[in-house]
Amino acid sequence: MNHFPQAWGRPRDDVYGSYDHSHFQTNGPNQHTQSPIVTGTSVVAAKFKDGVVIAADNLASYGSLARFTDVKRLRKFNDQVVVGFGGDVSDMQYLDRLLLSLDIRENYSSTENPLNAKNLHTYLAKVMYKRRSDFNPLWNHLLIAGLDGEDKPFLASADLLGTTFSSPTLATGFGGHLAQPILRKLLPDEASVERVSEEQAVEVVKECMKVLFYRDARSMDKYSIAVIKKDGVELKEDEKLENQSWAFAERIRGYGTQTA
Amino acid sequence: MFRNNYDNDSGRIFQVEYAQEAVKQGSVVVGVVSKTHAVLAAIKRNAEELSSYQKKIIPIDSHYGIALAGLASDARVLSNFMKQQSLASRLTYDRAIPLSEITLRIADRAQTNTQQYGKRPYGVGLLIAGVDAKGPHLFEFQPSGVTQEMIACGIGARSQMARTYLERHLDEFANSGREELIKHALRALKESLSQDKELTVDNTSVGIGGISENFTLFEGQDLAEWLDATFENREAQDEGGEAMETDS
Repeated sequence: MNHFPQAWGRPRDDVYGSYDHSHFQTNGPNQHTQSPIVTGTSVVAAKFKDGVVIAADNLASYGSLARFTDVKRLRKFNDQVVVGFGGDVSDMQYLDRLLLSLDIRENYSSTENPLNAKNLHTYLAKVMYKRRSDFNPLWNHLLIAGLDGEDKPFLASADLLGTTFSSPTLATGFGGHLAQPILRKLLPDEASVERVSEEQAVEVVKECMKVLFYRDARSMDKYSIAVIKKDGVELKEDEKLENQSWAFAERIRGYGTQTA
Repeated sequence: MFRNNYDNDSGRIFQVEYAQEAVKQGSVVVGVVSKTHAVLAAIKRNAEELSSYQKKIIPIDSHYGIALAGLASDARVLSNFMKQQSLASRLTYDRAIPLSEITLRIADRAQTNTQQYGKRPYGVGLLIAGVDAKGPHLFEFQPSGVTQEMIACGIGARSQMARTYLERHLDEFANSGREELIKHALRALKESLSQDKELTVDNTSVGIGGISENFTLFEGQDLAEWLDATFENREAQDEGGEAMETDS
């Protein structure tokens, strides 16, 4: 031990060499997220006459590696809102903590008037837009599903740029290409929502999850699905795709090693 | 706060009591709620014949407004804060701020002012009335930071008379219609007026909020019909005012 208290408890220079202070400072300007790292793929959702159904698989990929196979990407906010996250998983976890603190604040306030899906969508869109304006976006595409102030089905999206969009059916990422056309066959416009039952909506969303598993290489056959209605949220986080048929795969030509 | 600002034995804070005294000096305001509407009514005072009347009812957001008794300048500070908070709620959540919430926020502010060095309580009492997701509400706010939800309430000079009227008719309010509720508010207001004074289109102010009806302030000729309907027995006011006095 030497006589310099500021050196006590630190690695000794004569044993480990002097500390390289360049590790402590950044070289050049601050860098923000320029691409997502661990990612979740599509979220799909559809309205029906008295609610909304939303689904996302339980995979978090690290590039093309299926890294985490039990990640829940649907988050129940309260009895009338579920948020689905596509994109960066760490930013999803940040938003999860943000929503938790918002929920706690709401529950401590005197009002017995919970935030509905429309309120939450407005809030999250502002958060996303604020972050992109700081040049530090949250790399997610969110679907907010639930009921609005009049207890009517509500479904809207907010993305990393703060762009918002609303439609009777929505899908993020690959789902936008593969699931939307299937969903739109059942729900072509707002008027058709009234004619669609819960069973029909759940069925078509499950069908979409199956098609996505067939064709999206960043997807998985384990998924979460939630149904939001007036009487609350029914969230199942450990579902498995059923009745898969890979017969079509035989006929695929042009990829891989086959020559003809 | 210095030692002589409060009483060690009883815990009373004199400044708060002076502030409450300022509320009692202000002209009277009343508020009533039914199942569908919330009504504020106030007597306006003018400092002198030639001056305008002091504002008593301030619409804050499209769903609610306040009526004040006491220092109008302090009410301005509070109402600006309430306007800002209401707008913030609409912007970030697309939600009309709940009345209980905004009441709590000004109450917290007012209470802080009663216990910090170099600060003084607001010298104003407020009635906060309007409609939110949970229906019509009326809240009373005092300079001490005390707030209460009320069915009917009156604050300001001689407001005891108004409160007596309101207590007598308490059971009728809940099922009153819009017009009936306005009549009750105006009658309560009239009770606390001194004998030689009357409610006129100039000195009265009414604010109404209802389910699917934005909070609106009514003043001047807009009140004539209600005043006539409420006080039928009094002689009709001269239209166009009294003849001008000339020195001939």
